[in-house]
Amino acid sequence: MYKKKTVAMLLAGGQGSRLGVLTASKAKPAVTYGGKYRIIDFPLSNCSHSGIDTVGVLTQYRPLELNTYIGTGSAWDLDTTSGGAFVLPPFSRGESGEWYSGTANAIYQNMNFIEQFDPENVLILSGDHIYKMNYNWMLAAHLEKDADATIAVIPVPIEEASRFGIMNTDDSNRVLEFEEKPEEPKSNLASMGVYIFKWSALRKYLKEDTKNPESENDFGKNIIPTMLEGGEKLYAYEFGGYWKDVGTIQSLWEANMELLSKQPPLNLYDDPWRIFSRNPNEPPQFVAAGAVVKNSMICEGCVIYGTVENSILSSGVIVKEGAYIKDSIIMSDTVIGEGSEIKASIIDEEAVIGRECKVGEDIPEGETNKKITVIGKQTFIEDGWKIAAGEEVSK
Amino acid sequence: MIREAFGLIYAAQEIMNLRDLVDQRTVGALPIGGRYRVIDFPLSNMVNTGIRNVGVIASRNYNSLMDHIGSGKAWDLSRKSDGLFLLTPYALRDNPGQYRGMIEALKSSMDYIRRAKQEYCVLSETYIIYNSTFDEMMKSHIETGADITVMYRTLDGDELAAEKERYSDVRFDIDGSGRIVDLEIDPELTTLSKRSMKTYIIRKDILIYLVEECFSRGEYHFSENLLRNNLHRLKIQGFEHKGYVGSIDSVASYYSINMDLLNTDIRRELFVLKNRVLTKVADGVPARYMDTADVTGSLIANGCIIEGKVENSVIFRHVQIGKGASVKNSIILPGTVVGDDADLEYVILDKNVSMRQRSRLVGNAGFPVVIRKGSLV
Repeated sequence: MYKKKTVAMLLAGGQGSRLGVLTASKAKPAVTYGGKYRIIDFPLSNCSHSGIDTVGVLTQYRPLELNTYIGTGSAWDLDTTSGGAFVLPPFSRGESGEWYSGTANAIYQNMNFIEQFDPENVLILSGDHIYKMNYNWMLAAHLEKDADATIAVIPVPIEEASRFGIMNTDDSNRVLEFEEKPEEPKSNLASMGVYIFKWSALRKYLKEDTKNPESENDFGKNIIPTMLEGGEKLYAYEFGGYWKDVGTIQSLWEANMELLSKQPPLNLYDDPWRIFSRNPNEPPQFVAAGAVVKNSMICEGCVIYGTVENSILSSGVIVKEGAYIKDSIIMSDTVIGEGSEIKASIIDEEAVIGRECKVGEDIPEGETNKKITVIGKQTFIEDGWKIAAGEEVSK
Repeated sequence: MIREAFGLIYAAQEIMNLRDLVDQRTVGALPIGGRYRVIDFPLSNMVNTGIRNVGVIASRNYNSLMDHIGSGKAWDLSRKSDGLFLLTPYALRDNPGQYRGMIEALKSSMDYIRRAKQEYCVLSETYIIYNSTFDEMMKSHIETGADITVMYRTLDGDELAAEKERYSDVRFDIDGSGRIVDLEIDPELTTLSKRSMKTYIIRKDILIYLVEECFSRGEYHFSENLLRNNLHRLKIQGFEHKGYVGSIDSVASYYSINMDLLNTDIRRELFVLKNRVLTKVADGVPARYMDTADVTGSLIANGCIIEGKVENSVIFRHVQIGKGASVKNSIILPGTVVGDDADLEYVILDKNVSMRQRSRLVGNAGFPVVIRKGSLV
């Protein structure tokens, strides 16, 4: 194998249980965002643009859809002779085969994979977040400080800081303390789940962590605190761009709606840092005479006869005559029947909504607890049904 | 699925009737239908038939064609054995590097043809738009014991009467057994309603023999020479294709075929009901419709940003339509920007054109205005 300066390990085994029926049949990184993307497209595209061509993708929960999606990594230009995207599910080693018990354990079990490249640094990523980031800049900071670990952080409003892993740093950005979901946060620098480790240091701590039966084998809860105790050099790297954890139905819906605002905080239309994804081979979208499409994002293969306002449609969605879609996210190949009304909803792939259905309700202005209605994959909603706001329906 | 055939696509024709549209590209590389190129149709027809060895014959201006087909990966033709071969002219003693006709191009591609392991050849010109596999045609070719089978479409009354800019309009007549008995090229007045679709099945050894024979006599044209000269000597059969056929052989036909794709029945026939038309896909963002967008009866590709009015038009990838702009009955190729309050009707804007604010262009259905690639209007 070629020697690599940096190997990326992408943790994509998360169930995303708070996404309810949307993750009933697929892992969270495979969830659709922005019409044509999957969440995992973001870290994979970031790797590709940052020139990191060797990416191990650790899967565990419902990996089928994700494995198929990643394939050889060609969609992200990762199918090079010396690198590539490697899907790494848990595997059996004679008698000791086991599931990944935590994020650190997943890396531990794939140490052999990393060793083949003899890397200087390992970049640990999560497949759960939407952001565009040049990892090279972080790597440069890591090398400049000669750090054992560099943790990407993002400032969050202090009142929300208790939901995150918070880094307390000194003036030189050296991490003094790490607190997981502190009740009284001392800082507002939240960990983004993006780490660069010196491989020699990480290897040592992974081995020790495995021997500790008390450990949950988690980067945030175990590896980072033990490294701090061990006096290693940990630095925070502050990231200034857009970063969003779409861990709940409401945050997934909000992150999508942000794309439709006047000045979206995340610009998908910026060409040099294009987000790559698998592209379906479908004809262009057709907007029929009589259709209305306003403030929306629409993908290839859609056929629209009805009205679409302030919504995002993935590829191959059919909106029949008289249907009205507002403030909603409709995923691939779903059919919305004649006269149906869809408001503030997320409808997963290949669902069929019959005629004259009413799904969801408008969200009152200023409402913080938004009731988003969710229809699961391949669900069939019969003609005339009403699905109340905030309901989750699956087949 | 026929695996015993290899495919040859003749992409070296020069169709002057397409004027500025083929100034910097061959007809095969001409964008069509919002996200396709013309060559996607013959290429997909072959691949959907199961053909895994395809030669594409090009002669001039094939840069954009090569950009598009690349290694053939989008058509699953990037293979260890066989796959896609781009056949460009060799400048040899007996061939100055410019083809005088398809026979000469085939003669120049003889190395590839001789090396093909398959027994039959499916030979097709690039510029005919239809969606079909060649399974039925092959079956008919073998059952009738034909030397050559030619795919055709029967024109109906309206089409017979319509006067068009002609480009190699090959008409023929068949007898009761389907054998071609009469053949006319660009006839002034004719009663023959069967129009060649320039798609042929022929056994490889017969093709080699006939090409060498024509070439040795200084005859360079397939229909004029190879077919017409051999009507009585060989068994040349017709095979009827029932369904939509478009022939990209003039600006007017390019315009009307794109407009045909706005018709739901035709679009469904070409793109949904039959095999997929494969094309090189790019990472386009979803099309963005702003608050002021007013789009009806149109095909819109990914990556567009639309603020104005679009009616009955075909809009390719990454086109921007400004606020207050109005685009009617028009075709806009990739990367073109239409400024605010511009007004377009019956216009074909080629790639990367900039239409200034408040500019106005109006053509008509028979003579759409064509603006060259990269122009500033």
